[in-house]
Amino acid sequence: MLGPGAADVAFEVNGHPASVHVPPHHTLLDALRDELGLTGAKRVCDEGTCGACTVLVDGRPTYSCMTLAVACEGRSIETVEGLAHDGQLDPVQQAFIATDAYQCGFCTPGQIMSVVALLRANKAPTAEDVHRAVAGNLCRCGAYPGIVEAALRAARARRR
Amino acid sequence: MKSDHARVVRTRVEFEGEITDELALIQGDDVEAWPEGAALEKVGRPTPRIDGASKVTGRARYTHDLRLPGMLHVRILRSPYARARVRRIDASQALALAGVRGVLHRFNAPKAAFRGEETIFRDEVRFVGDEVAAVAATSEEIAAQALRLITVDYEVLPHVVDLEEAMDDASPRIDEKGNVEEAAKHERGDVAGALREADVVVEATYRTSTQLHNSFETHGAVATWDGDLLTVHESTQHVFGVRQGLQAALRIPYGKIRVLCENMGGGFGSKGGVGKYTIIAALFARELGLPVRCVLDRGEENLAAGNRSATLQRVSVAVKGGRITALAHDSWSNAGQGRWVADPTGPTKGLYDVPNVRARSYKVMANTGSLSAFRAPGYVEGTFALEAAIDEAADRARIDPLELRRRHAAGEHDPMSGLRYSLKRLIDCYDIGAKEIGWSRRKPGGLRGSAPGTRRGLGMASQLWGGSGLPPAYAMVHLNPDGTAVARIGTQDIGTGTRTIIAQICAEELGIDVDAVRVEIGDTDSPYAPISAGSLTVSSIGPAVRLAARDAREQLLEIAAGIMEVPKTELRMQRGSIGARGALRSIAKVFEDLQNYTVIGRGARMPNPEDVSMKTFGAHFAEVEVDPRTGEVTVERVVAVHDIGRVIDPLTARSQVQGGVIQALGFALTEERHVDRATGRVLSTSLEIYKVPTVKDVPKIVVRFVDVPDTEANNIGAKGLGEPPIIPTAGAIANAVSNALGIRVRHLPLTPRRLLQLVAAAEAEGAGGRGAARPS
Repeated sequence: MLGPGAADVAFEVNGHPASVHVPPHHTLLDALRDELGLTGAKRVCDEGTCGACTVLVDGRPTYSCMTLAVACEGRSIETVEGLAHDGQLDPVQQAFIATDAYQCGFCTPGQIMSVVALLRANKAPTAEDVHRAVAGNLCRCGAYPGIVEAALRAARARRR
Repeated sequence: MKSDHARVVRTRVEFEGEITDELALIQGDDVEAWPEGAALEKVGRPTPRIDGASKVTGRARYTHDLRLPGMLHVRILRSPYARARVRRIDASQALALAGVRGVLHRFNAPKAAFRGEETIFRDEVRFVGDEVAAVAATSEEIAAQALRLITVDYEVLPHVVDLEEAMDDASPRIDEKGNVEEAAKHERGDVAGALREADVVVEATYRTSTQLHNSFETHGAVATWDGDLLTVHESTQHVFGVRQGLQAALRIPYGKIRVLCENMGGGFGSKGGVGKYTIIAALFARELGLPVRCVLDRGEENLAAGNRSATLQRVSVAVKGGRITALAHDSWSNAGQGRWVADPTGPTKGLYDVPNVRARSYKVMANTGSLSAFRAPGYVEGTFALEAAIDEAADRARIDPLELRRRHAAGEHDPMSGLRYSLKRLIDCYDIGAKEIGWSRRKPGGLRGSAPGTRRGLGMASQLWGGSGLPPAYAMVHLNPDGTAVARIGTQDIGTGTRTIIAQICAEELGIDVDAVRVEIGDTDSPYAPISAGSLTVSSIGPAVRLAARDAREQLLEIAAGIMEVPKTELRMQRGSIGARGALRSIAKVFEDLQNYTVIGRGARMPNPEDVSMKTFGAHFAEVEVDPRTGEVTVERVVAVHDIGRVIDPLTARSQVQGGVIQALGFALTEERHVDRATGRVLSTSLEIYKVPTVKDVPKIVVRFVDVPDTEANNIGAKGLGEPPIIPTAGAIANAVSNALGIRVRHLPLTPRRLLQLVAAAEAEGAGGRGAARPS
């Protein structure tokens, strides 16, 4: 193997400190799935075209397959596994269930993280805002109408 | 209530457009279907998925997510040539790489039967992507590295990849019998005579492109042996099909194979059985004594995991006296290396009452990956061609295209079998859809668009499909003494909400909450259930689940009658309680003294009735805006109306229809596999190049159901919905574009480039775009 060897990387995952020992070319997605057992983020295209691996890095929706793990030193990572608190689902998660915003569910964690980021930045998004927020999250089952409905519904629930 | 003896019956079944008589083993007796208007409390109510929380929290475990201790990873070496003989393989350098545990190829792999061949590594590889060797290593990365260290001596052979090239006699013959083989034919009436005497004859050639499934979870399996017991986790539409494939490949008894699929990330027809990756994982796992994971990457998924065949179709429509008097349809499909082919002429034969029909369909072999079923295989392609031709005939005969279809859509008998339809509400679909889209606004030649220079059009197309389900399918329902239940059945949820449907039906029969039912599926150690394909899951397993729940209920009431000292006939079960004449007692209370008593109900899917034809019908209406200067087509609205019998869960049903429309939108406008003719390489192997619809491409989709139960079909009155909603959309969109521009659309996907070519050709003809534009 060419280049420098594996290094220790420390970051925060879902509010808890975590550290992984990874080669420099491994991605955040590799680290989450293979080192930390967080398999919510999915590997679908592995080249930044589908968004199924979307997580939040310091609050920003990020394709974890396009982010090197070593570049996450000191950062705060949020994954779909960290959204529910004390068994209580996040309003976005609840809205996805209520509107049936999925079929096979494989892209769902990525879709949800993109919507969560949108709603933190924009309390009252329009359908157009939602479209922009999840434009980088493909869904092969075609659950898009439900996803848009879920985002708007969760925003309403948050405002109440 | 039950005669428990098992018996074998003959039953007529339909799968992916093919009707066959099969034998089925059944037990017990059926019950009457819930009648129309029955007061049901769970069935027919919008019910969020019972497994929703697992999907939104990331807890839902897919095959991709499995990490077993000591697990090895496989990468597959695939042929870089479209056709070549594998003369020699040297894997010594790969084996020497640290972390590599094994290499399999045609010179060392044990025989393993796969789809009629004796081995999984061919001596003559027949498409770019054909399996040549496989490496198992401690990481995927090492396995991938090892692939580059394998040297293969290929003798390159002549190839052909393109459908129309493969049909040409001058092209390389890749099969001894030639590349073209007749797959289906049908003739009724006097087609030649009707064409001769017609007022209007449309004869046109249509082309559709190869569509790739691109399931988000790629094909894959994890295999592990515990002594002589093989356990395989696989992303599949048919756990029992995988078991059967493994039994055939490895020659081990069914009792020594267990196949599991807890969740799966899409299949759309491509995950119907065992894959070479499954067998490779099982062989390595047996040899190396460790769990082995073999999962395809995105590129492989688009090379070697199936596709919807490209087609070339010729359709003729004769109109006389305002009616269609004849249809002729010849179709050629590129099966690649597939051993079967779908039939695009199905809708032509069965959708409309037309006395004179001739249909022939051909399978064409080429040096590309096998086709596999892709959501309504054949019918998506064929409906586009048929409905585009009928639209053109209507325009030429100056009849409203919906009106022309109405004249042939009311028949109560199946023109293929002559049998009476158990239920057909196609005219209702037309009425509902026409009203919803505002069909009366449609004008020949289209409407002005919203911006200068743009045009607007309306189009529609009809849908015919099966979906009546079939035996065998069995279910078991365990009722716990606290009134909760567990339903166990060997089906799988491919994303349609199968678990929820099962829970609703159980809850309905048992008078308990949907939440009180746990559903265990995706395991071959459960009672058999058929493949989740052909729109047959609900109509196959639903009736068995109902009987199993009912069996449990009857047993429970029997026991309760004894405990409560009330005649059973006076007892009712509702809302988790058992009672008689107003006095209700909770199930838990009734069984207080019988602590661990488990009631076990069993149910089997009964045979289909012999004397009726059971079909699903529908119609889609599309409104589009087209910019003839840029070639851009914007689908603004699709109204999708379906007649599928009783709708069990309107919430998940709506999702299926939206999903079908959206997948069809890709087929109609953007999705196309590109293969380099010179090398046979697939160029569109990523989601960057292969364009599936995004959220921004999605029109407003209005979903409507006729929602009348088919009480003759089965005891729940439901038929399938998986495939119907992808069938008519492309035809409706193509017809809407034709309406907008007065140009006939005959080649999908209708990319901006193709549309601009059509516009240019129409302008060159100088007829203002009306009439017959050449296909690109």
